[in-house]
Amino acid sequence: MSEVATRDYADPAFRAQLVSGVDRTPGAGKPDPILVVDSVVRHFGGMTAVDVDHLEVQRGIITALIGPNGAGKTTFFNLVTGFDRPSQGAHWSFDGKTLDKTSASAVAQAGMVRTFQLTKALNRMTVMDNMMLGATEQSGENLLKSIFKPLWHGQEREIEERAKDLLDRFKLLPKKDDYAGSLSGGQRKLLEMARALMTSPKMIMLDEPMAGVNPALTQSLLGHIQSLRDEGTTVLFVEHDMHMVRHISDWVVVMAEGRVIAEGPADSVMSDQGVIDAYLGAHHDMDLGDDSLLEDDAVKDMAAEVAQEDAEGNA
Amino acid sequence: MSVTEDLTTGSEKDEAQRESRNKLLYAGGGLVAFLVALAVLSHLPGTVGQISASMLRVAIQPQTAALVIAVIGLNIHFGYTGLLNMGQAGFMMLGAYGFSIAIWKGQPMVVGVLAGFAAAFVFALLLGIPTLKLRGDYLAIVTISAAEILRYTGRLAKLEDFTGAAQGIPGSQYRGPFSNLSFLGDGQWTFPGTKLTYYLTGTDDWWTRLVAWGLVALCSYLVFLLARSPWGRLLRGIREDEDAIRSLGKNVFAVKMQALVIGGLFGALGGIIFILPASMQPDAMGRNLTFFAWTALLLGGAATVFGPVLGSILFFSVRIFLQGVTNAVVPNSVMNTQQTEQFAWICIGVMLMLIVIFRPQGLVGDKRELRFNV
Amino acid sequence: MDFRAVVRTRPGQRILATFFLTMITVAAVLSLPPPGAHAADLCLPSKTNSCISSTVRSDTGVIAGAEVHVTGPNGFDETLTTDEAGKFSLSVTDTGDYTLELVPDSLDKSLTITNGKVTLSVKQLNRVAAPVFGVRTADYSSSTSFTDQLVNGTFSGLRLGLLLALASIGLSLIYGTTGLSNFAHAEQVTLGGMLGYLFVNQWGLGMWVGVPLVLIAAGFSGWLQDFVLWQPLRRRGLGLAQMMIVTIGLSLTLQYVFQFFIGASTVKVLVFNPTPRSLGPISYTSPDLIAMGVSVVVIALVGYALLRTRIGRATRAVSDNPALASASGIDVDRVIRLVWVVATTLAGLSGLLYSLVIQRGMRWDSGMQILLLLFAAVTLGGLGTAFGALIGSLVIGMVVELTPVLGAPGDLKYASALLILILLLLVRPQGLLGRADRVG
Repeated sequence: MSEVATRDYADPAFRAQLVSGVDRTPGAGKPDPILVVDSVVRHFGGMTAVDVDHLEVQRGIITALIGPNGAGKTTFFNLVTGFDRPSQGAHWSFDGKTLDKTSASAVAQAGMVRTFQLTKALNRMTVMDNMMLGATEQSGENLLKSIFKPLWHGQEREIEERAKDLLDRFKLLPKKDDYAGSLSGGQRKLLEMARALMTSPKMIMLDEPMAGVNPALTQSLLGHIQSLRDEGTTVLFVEHDMHMVRHISDWVVVMAEGRVIAEGPADSVMSDQGVIDAYLGAHHDMDLGDDSLLEDDAVKDMAAEVAQEDAEGNA
Repeated sequence: MSVTEDLTTGSEKDEAQRESRNKLLYAGGGLVAFLVALAVLSHLPGTVGQISASMLRVAIQPQTAALVIAVIGLNIHFGYTGLLNMGQAGFMMLGAYGFSIAIWKGQPMVVGVLAGFAAAFVFALLLGIPTLKLRGDYLAIVTISAAEILRYTGRLAKLEDFTGAAQGIPGSQYRGPFSNLSFLGDGQWTFPGTKLTYYLTGTDDWWTRLVAWGLVALCSYLVFLLARSPWGRLLRGIREDEDAIRSLGKNVFAVKMQALVIGGLFGALGGIIFILPASMQPDAMGRNLTFFAWTALLLGGAATVFGPVLGSILFFSVRIFLQGVTNAVVPNSVMNTQQTEQFAWICIGVMLMLIVIFRPQGLVGDKRELRFNV
Repeated sequence: MDFRAVVRTRPGQRILATFFLTMITVAAVLSLPPPGAHAADLCLPSKTNSCISSTVRSDTGVIAGAEVHVTGPNGFDETLTTDEAGKFSLSVTDTGDYTLELVPDSLDKSLTITNGKVTLSVKQLNRVAAPVFGVRTADYSSSTSFTDQLVNGTFSGLRLGLLLALASIGLSLIYGTTGLSNFAHAEQVTLGGMLGYLFVNQWGLGMWVGVPLVLIAAGFSGWLQDFVLWQPLRRRGLGLAQMMIVTIGLSLTLQYVFQFFIGASTVKVLVFNPTPRSLGPISYTSPDLIAMGVSVVVIALVGYALLRTRIGRATRAVSDNPALASASGIDVDRVIRLVWVVATTLAGLSGLLYSLVIQRGMRWDSGMQILLLLFAAVTLGGLGTAFGALIGSLVIGMVVELTPVLGAPGDLKYASALLILILLLLVRPQGLLGRADRVG
């Protein structure tokens, strides 16, 4: 994008300008996509959980991936991050690199790091150890070098400093020597996010960052996500809560029944009749922003996912 | 040894360090006190003296040291990485076969040791490749199966010229080069204040004991170095949640493979020491030896440096204790001598169940870290 | 599917009734006197004597009228003649070494004796020893063609496969419903053989009483285990790895309990000395057929129960997803309790039949060998799928019995089964019938 003079992603006007020229149709091309996905399909038994024809994610902004339960958002996440395999040949590239058949770890190494819907904090390790594991290219993780402390001690100190900074930012520093299992659910979400940031990702993918977080923490979590964006990290997140989506996202992608059905800025998407139908068709009398509902839904979501796996007889 | 349940205090790191240091001191001191007590009691007349004397003999025998080293390997597998290796006896057997066959066939001792290590290395790769990407049970089933395949193969009558078949290889065929290294000289020696009398250099001698326990110290130190390194942290992370580690861009498969290989090499070394004072018999390294290693590991405490040492010594001496006491107390008409031995094994089996259920962290493990769940 | 109804109809009763019927059937079939058995000649071991019984046979059939000269301790000297079934049976009262020699003149001139002298030592009374002589016809090589061996091996493989299937279905059901790899399951098989020996041979209860007792005792051991051990551990939320190690402890304990009682000896359930028969190249005995028949019937019953009955569907629902099953009103604990009872009963039956028909009989550590075959079978079929376990067992049985035919040394026949398992994991880790596990 040569016509853009400064790339200040913290500036709302800049971001608005960035997406202003984009078509509001599913699969629309972006001015500077960091992630491009083509024909990602996943079947579970006879069901098609994900069938995304084409999707581009714009660099430097917050993109929300929304949709009713069972829309395939988490499965889509799993596919793109290498935690699940597409049923047939798919193509996606990240930051110019092709990642069609790579493993989950290679995807993370390329700079696309995710968190999980059910938080995967390492409960029986300390908060600090959790953080330290996030750092990449540690020479001490090489088996042969590991027994000689001088070979990794210096780097270890640097990583520790960086970890402390991040923990401080996420207000977890006083807990650094506690076992992660002793943290509250929301704190574990924060820890997982901070740990992901230890890898210095180009793009962070958050799978329902707000699920199970108490309302007091929600606001600070939102703030953290926004400040990540302001520092130049691309954010893609899955969320149920429309209020939150409206609040922080620059671009919204809507999935239903495995497909992308709409794209656009939050306001325009939420007034889209197709989107409303997709949601209301699924939950006619429900308030989409209700937290207790969310938890209930998450359980149902899991049950549905398990049922899908069970139905998968061959694969 | 108070384990604080309160995990929210601030300066816990120092406290935890002090606590673990204290724990180590207590456990080490306890072990020394246990051995000294046995040495003192062994001078008593009658059954008490006899039982104590044989407990002490068993506690320091080379086979115990051999088991310690195998358990150290298993500790890397299970304690740190969470790998369910049910074939540690197979790694031991490969080390032992490599060592004994090479020397029997006229190779120098170095070649023998390397052959044992190489065999264990290849074995680990072969087992790891199909299973390390699958759920933990698969590794358990495949390792236990593969270890048994090895034993069947070693026993094959057709391989008699190579493995000695079911009779195995007599110690005299391979012990020579090892005994020749001894600088202890000839003659018998009694450990002062005890009834432990062995040849300085011979079949079942002080030299083997010295080397075996020296290697235990060395291996323990090595594991200490590995466990405190970032590599060790990575292992513990994998034990906790593989997917989380994968999502951070680490090659989990490669690290698990490294752990499997390293633990297997310790197993091979244990196997070599296991056969030094005796002979190479495939049936001595069957499935049950693996289970004994597990019992020793869980008794001492998984994911600790000192646990394997403590667990193995206690495992052997507790068994002797049970057998001796049963022999002395229960009349022969109720249980004959053979049956008391089996009774002791039954108790060991029950003990394994009870430890796992009621004290999964073993004697010195960290309760918070070791409510293991793979 | 209305799972709630399952609980109301107390399906356990029906299953137990079915099992009781099965037990009676098994006992009935087993106690039928086989045609041509010579009860008068038969020696049964007791506390005051041991038996030396065997059949003299060549590669083509049994040899009647052969003379066997037996010498033993305290000047024991006796010559026996084989009956029309080629059998001889001898009761001895002293322990020690006995030498049996086939008298060459008593045989047809066309026969060659390859091994005419056998020395065996009777270490304890109340045992059976079966010496084997080697006798060949002149045209030996042509009579046991490769095809014949193959057919015969297939038959033995089918026999072993069916016995394994009985046990592995239970192992698979336990895995399916609880996620537990039960390392002590093979000890349940051994238990069946041991109890059969105890009830039928030691106590002389006969098949009618003995077999149902074995099955009840085996089933009760499963009920007791789940009551005392597994259910409380599940409630404590013990991890699966931990539970697996507990089963290893249990396996060790049971092995040494067996050894405590029977020492190093081999146990066979012996009701009559079966006559070897042949059908074309296949040689078999009537217990073989009975064991296979019983296995097929019982497996079919279990299969029917799983597919067609409510409790069977409930079991499969628990296998699929315990939380969901529980939410649908299924009493998961009850289903699991029943699974334990059924699994251990099946294992007991398998062990009983095993020690009835397998030549080697049952030792205190036979479970070790059986366990590996069971694991191979269950993994081959796909962990946790009962029908996969059946197919896996048949495959493993065949592989084990056919490997020697195809030229591998006999000792390796177990190894070959395990090798197949490892190779399969490389290609199709979820097993033949398993569903793909979402790895990662």
